[in-house]
Amino acid sequence: MRRLAPAAALLLAGAAPAPVLVPDVSRGRVDIAYSFAGTELLLFGAILYPGGRMPGSEGGGGGRTDVAVVVRGPSTSIRVREKRKVAGLWVNADSFRYRSAPSFYALASSRPIASILDARTRAVYELGLDSLQLSPATAAAPEVQDRFARGLVGLRRGTGLYYEAPGAVAIRDGVLYRADVTVPARVPVGRFTAETFLIRDGRVLAAATAPIEVRKSGFERFVARAAERRSLLYGLVAVALSVGLGWAAGWAAGRR
Amino acid sequence: MNLYLPVAELSVNALVIVALGLGVGLLSGMFGVGGGFLTTPLLIVYGVPPTVAAASAASQVTGASVSGVIAHWRRGGVDWRMGAVLVAGGTAGSGAGAWVFRLLRDTGQLDLVIAVLYVALLGSVGLLMLRESVAAILVARGRRRSPPARRRHHPLVAALPFRMRFYASGLYVSPLAPFLLGFAVGVLTLLLGVGGGFVLVPAMIYGLGMATGVVVGTSLFQILFVSAAATLTHALTTQAVDIVLAALLLVGSVTGAQLGARFAARARPEYLRFALAVVVLLVGARVLLTLVWRPEAIFTVEAA
Repeated sequence: MRRLAPAAALLLAGAAPAPVLVPDVSRGRVDIAYSFAGTELLLFGAILYPGGRMPGSEGGGGGRTDVAVVVRGPSTSIRVREKRKVAGLWVNADSFRYRSAPSFYALASSRPIASILDARTRAVYELGLDSLQLSPATAAAPEVQDRFARGLVGLRRGTGLYYEAPGAVAIRDGVLYRADVTVPARVPVGRFTAETFLIRDGRVLAAATAPIEVRKSGFERFVARAAERRSLLYGLVAVALSVGLGWAAGWAAGRR
Repeated sequence: MNLYLPVAELSVNALVIVALGLGVGLLSGMFGVGGGFLTTPLLIVYGVPPTVAAASAASQVTGASVSGVIAHWRRGGVDWRMGAVLVAGGTAGSGAGAWVFRLLRDTGQLDLVIAVLYVALLGSVGLLMLRESVAAILVARGRRRSPPARRRHHPLVAALPFRMRFYASGLYVSPLAPFLLGFAVGVLTLLLGVGGGFVLVPAMIYGLGMATGVVVGTSLFQILFVSAAATLTHALTTQAVDIVLAALLLVGSVTGAQLGARFAARARPEYLRFALAVVVLLVGARVLLTLVWRPEAIFTVEAA
């Protein structure tokens, strides 16, 4: 669906030749090493107008040009459980499964997204935390779905994994844009995407996607791989490490 | 000093984790408890995912108990024969525990059962120890006359067949009693992610009537083997053992365990039991609070 976005943008823009986005990311790869404590991504680029003429300069349209940037983490299938007070105890009551929920979602825009796009368009492009397509796998009444979606978004907002940053995109002379996106330390690894949308008069005129690879590097990568692929050996090493360290301490204390 | 944990996938302050290990190690050396009942909840409070916390705490428990076993062995405080019977029971019990674990997880009430078990166990064990240790302290201070000599062990224990001599423990009982005790603790190890020392120690003193000098060392011996088995099981099934987290915890806890064992050799045992009873009751009260207090997060996310 993300691949279709530029085509959809062309359709929305009608017959007039659409502007083109030339996006770039400060880093196409985020390496997580021992001292990783989150990072800042700089997403920037240029807006190329057909014929080099900015709309509005010849009196047509008139509105402002806006840019929104969405950084998304890999989608995973999750189950959300809701606690409720039963006989004085807080216990897990209802649960709800989602086939694909983004593990990270950050929306940076030049103005609050609700003021530049209507709800339907936001839903089409999944712009905004209230417009995420979470693909529920549990059949439930709309109000129940809403409750769980709000619960999930609220939970991940609290840990910095989901957020909206209105005003985090700066546009210079209507041609150059830049956005700072904060990636927290407890970010999941995998293939991230940075999607950039050019918005004008409540319509998405152009869209472009750039991949960002978030991965563990060096020793951290080695350890995580060993835990996955050589679990028996890894477990034995963990036991040997704990017995060895305990033994060493006992030996050292005995000598004193 | 921030350090990224490769399996837990988050960044922690290494010094906080080492200090946590040191504190838990002190308790484990002093009382012969593995400390899993403290490490796991504290790590979760710090933000480590529960499965990773339980799995890595298990390997920390192993390390702390090795150095504890060594320290007590030097003082002749381990009954190897009794330990072997307990380990056999513990291994069988953890197998049964794995089955119960799956059953509970499928119904989605694993958290509730774990918390209720924690409260019931910590509460009853803590109260029992508190009462006994206060009585012992009063006797030691001469405020109260020593109670009439207690039965050596529980009548149910005495009724079991195939008696065997456990010289170091000063016991002549059926090995079925420690085997069943080990089995019950093995189930708890898998369900709660704890070594089970806080159940084992009082059961050995009040149930079996073992000589108190070997109780702590022998309980650590059993915990050593059962927690190593739990670490391996986690590495193979949940793949949630974070070796960096475990190493940090270990550095603190093995040091703490040595200090704790030295302190225990000097301190009066009834005061030690009183202190452990207070710690156990406090943790139990904290868990009870999470059950009845409105939780900060009504919603929780798990992979599905």
